[in-house]
Amino acid sequence: MTLKEIMAFVNGEVIACQEGLDHEVSSAFGSDLMSDVLAYVEENTLLITGLINQQVIRTAEMLDLKAILFVRGKVPCDEVVALANEKEIVLLTTKHTLFTVSGILYKEGLKGLQI
Amino acid sequence: MDKYFKDERDVAMRLKYQILRDDFTRAGEASSKIKKVLKQLAIDATVIRRAAIATYEAEINLVIHSEGGTLEVYIKPDCIEIYVEDDGPGIADIELAMTKGFSTASVAVREMGFGAGMGLPNMEKVSDNFVIESEVGVGTNIKMTVRYI
Repeated sequence: MTLKEIMAFVNGEVIACQEGLDHEVSSAFGSDLMSDVLAYVEENTLLITGLINQQVIRTAEMLDLKAILFVRGKVPCDEVVALANEKEIVLLTTKHTLFTVSGILYKEGLKGLQI
Repeated sequence: MDKYFKDERDVAMRLKYQILRDDFTRAGEASSKIKKVLKQLAIDATVIRRAAIATYEAEINLVIHSEGGTLEVYIKPDCIEIYVEDDGPGIADIELAMTKGFSTASVAVREMGFGAGMGLPNMEKVSDNFVIESEVGVGTNIKMTVRYI
């Protein structure tokens, strides 16, 4: 599933690294706990979270993740957006909750990780 | 468990970073720089990812828990060795600290998405060899080895 398709499915907006919207992800992981993200997530995974601090971008960077979807209408500050642009990580934001976007994307064919 | 010691043999490249206590805004910068160097050396992506998780968790731990310390990486022909040394406060019960879910982190740290008691277990999980030694009032030393595939 491309990030562009994901953006359409969740009525999202892109806030960083727009040029990366053609990237594809095969799975998604929803969590506000970066330690669990570091423990379980593999590449080609979309990170879905309500946390918007710098450590979310750093976590994605360490794992070679291409995209983060922020839920509950959260938008990170300019420094965090700048870091994502520098690291070429696509940032999307949606007004839906974590549960709702998980349901929408699962229904459209995106899978969860086996841990 | 092996004893902690710095193996100075066959080191092709050394990287060293000072990590400050409570320096939350810069937490992850050293790991980011380390990762960049490993990429430039064309090391396997899976190996880099494991090393990146190890250094990043260690860096976060130094910021959150320690009085400050150093993160050092030895790049060798067959592996990457990561050395983490801090100036205290030390860990009273290492076995307990290594237990998934056990944490002494503050509420502020938990709100950042850390402090869930996963750091040390994660570091052990991504390492081929993991050594930790600690003395209360003195400090903690960790050595992690990530071998090339």
